[in-house]
Amino acid sequence: MKAKIVAGIDAGSSAIKLTLYDGKTMANSLCPAGWAPQEQAAGLLAAALAGKSPAQAAYIVGTGYGRLGLPFVTKAMTEITCHARGAGYLLPAARTVIDIGGQDAKAIRVDEAGKVEDFVMNDKCAAGTGRFLQVMAQALGLAIADIGAIEADPDGPACRINSMCTVFAESEVIGLVNRGVPREAIIAALHTSIANRVAVMAAAIQPLPPVAFTGGVSQNQALRRQLALRLGLSVITTGQAIFAGSIGAALYAWEAAGQL
Amino acid sequence: MADAFTMLKDIKAAGKKVVGFYCVYAPQELVLAAGALGFSLCATKEEGIPDGEKSLPRNFCPLIKSSYGLAVTDKCPYFLYADLIIGETTCDGKKKMFELMKGFKAVHVMKMPQSYLADSDKAYWLHEVQVLKELLEAELDTQITDEKLQAAIQVLNEERRLMQQLAGYLKNDPVPMTGQDFLKLLWGRNFVTDRAAFAEQIKAVISDIEESVANGEAARPQGAKRILVTGVPTGVGADKVIKIIEDCGAAVVYIENCSGMKQYVTLVDETKPPLTAIAEKYLAIPCSCMSPNPTRMEQLDQLVGEYRVDGVVDITWQGCHTYNVESRVVKEFLKQNGNTPFLQIETDYSQGDVEQITTRVQAFLEMMG
Ligand code: SF4
Ligand code: SF4
Repeated sequence: MKAKIVAGIDAGSSAIKLTLYDGKTMANSLCPAGWAPQEQAAGLLAAALAGKSPAQAAYIVGTGYGRLGLPFVTKAMTEITCHARGAGYLLPAARTVIDIGGQDAKAIRVDEAGKVEDFVMNDKCAAGTGRFLQVMAQALGLAIADIGAIEADPDGPACRINSMCTVFAESEVIGLVNRGVPREAIIAALHTSIANRVAVMAAAIQPLPPVAFTGGVSQNQALRRQLALRLGLSVITTGQAIFAGSIGAALYAWEAAGQL
Repeated sequence: MADAFTMLKDIKAAGKKVVGFYCVYAPQELVLAAGALGFSLCATKEEGIPDGEKSLPRNFCPLIKSSYGLAVTDKCPYFLYADLIIGETTCDGKKKMFELMKGFKAVHVMKMPQSYLADSDKAYWLHEVQVLKELLEAELDTQITDEKLQAAIQVLNEERRLMQQLAGYLKNDPVPMTGQDFLKLLWGRNFVTDRAAFAEQIKAVISDIEESVANGEAARPQGAKRILVTGVPTGVGADKVIKIIEDCGAAVVYIENCSGMKQYVTLVDETKPPLTAIAEKYLAIPCSCMSPNPTRMEQLDQLVGEYRVDGVVDITWQGCHTYNVESRVVKEFLKQNGNTPFLQIETDYSQGDVEQITTRVQAFLEMMG
């Protein structure tokens, strides 16, 4: 059976991403994971299939944090494999992929076809992840989406965040706010801190340029620049980079469906 | 079988002495030749950790915290009934733990050289073994003669040969036994009171396996990815990573850790003077506490070929500096020698990171295609 349409679903900890693929075009959509991610994912898929049942999609690959909880997927694959493949599709030049998601950060070395050669992932703690940034944004009274657009004044006062631990870093941020340090300077320090953490982690796989920056935090341009600085490598991204996981999953689904 | 507390109590009542040790560097032939029962006390259970943390830093290796916790609370029957504990200065954590342990137990600490390469290291270690022999004789009120040593060497060499033979069946594809079952056998060996009966048990397992191989029975499907596990002691209770690997569909075809095969790969040379031969065999153990540690790399290289390994998983405990650092060395070595895929899993005895590790292991298997 040759599939007509396949789907890739990336059930992340904060957002669910969906890619429909028919061998030619990709259609991406997303929604928040919310409290009931399985229902959210089903709803997202149903909407994308214009009200038809998930059975319309011939093959569905699920990936991400919540991949094992999705009842309607044909196959589950890890976000590491899918992100690499999706990043390879979006940014074919990439030799390394850095994905910063809600709960974890990973660095992946990939070959020309987007196949994983080596990878590292952060451990239990939230340092260097989207969660870290979100807690800090809250402490500053900002939305996480706005943080990347706020630029520090290069001549203004600078500060540092010394702690990698989310709880301690939050206290540091609150302390800085109370001392009257400008918000822009605190945000710059947070970006430096995350970029440092991720660059140190990525060193274990000996990253090669160019580095594709994907995942929920990839649209944060200030962080992208800091990453490039700390890695000493060029870091590229695209507006679609948040869909790297679901795109990779859809590409694997297409391949698998072709073999049915 | 009666529970371990009762069993040991009875054994002690019958006049038998009990010696506990924490590491495969402890020369077990000496204990056997002294007519005592030897048990490995290396704890690989989460139980014990909260009690261990009352005296030891929280960011210590879980093996040390668990071992100490079980010892200090009398929860480990083998520790409780031991007349003597043999410790070794293999890592700073254990070294300092033994210092605390001396406050409530008879502990003798063997001082390890830092390397197994130089003749001076070998001479020094021989002296340490000699000291232990004299101490055992005095403490257990016995004579350890060369004849007794030779007999003990033969018993333990035979056990090593059987273990090697058993491991050899995992060279098959499909494998006739899971890595988890293999680990249980290896682990069980630490708590044996009758070595001859144990040897018979292993022979029975071997004949069972031969039968399953002949019947074409498989513990894992043919073509399952073949994983070699190496790193820190990973016994029953701390076998989470081995379980995850097999739950993900791969086959663990070799457990190189000292809780696994590390202690069985070399025999004691039966042609040499016993004490010298014993010292030689034990010092040749390629533990990461040795600096440098080339033998571990050589052995891994050989095993990857012999067992047709698709990937190596290095388990390291949080807080174990030597294994954590050496993980980089192993990764680089494997890359340059055949480019064998490599994954380090740094963890502890808790279950909190099972999902994370599962993702990593799955991605590792997907990476091998
Ligand atoms: S890892 Fe080293 S110190 Fe620990 S039991 Fe094995 S040989 Fe002994
Ligand atoms: S695992 Fe490492 S830190 Fe723990 S006892 Fe063994 S050598 Fe020491």
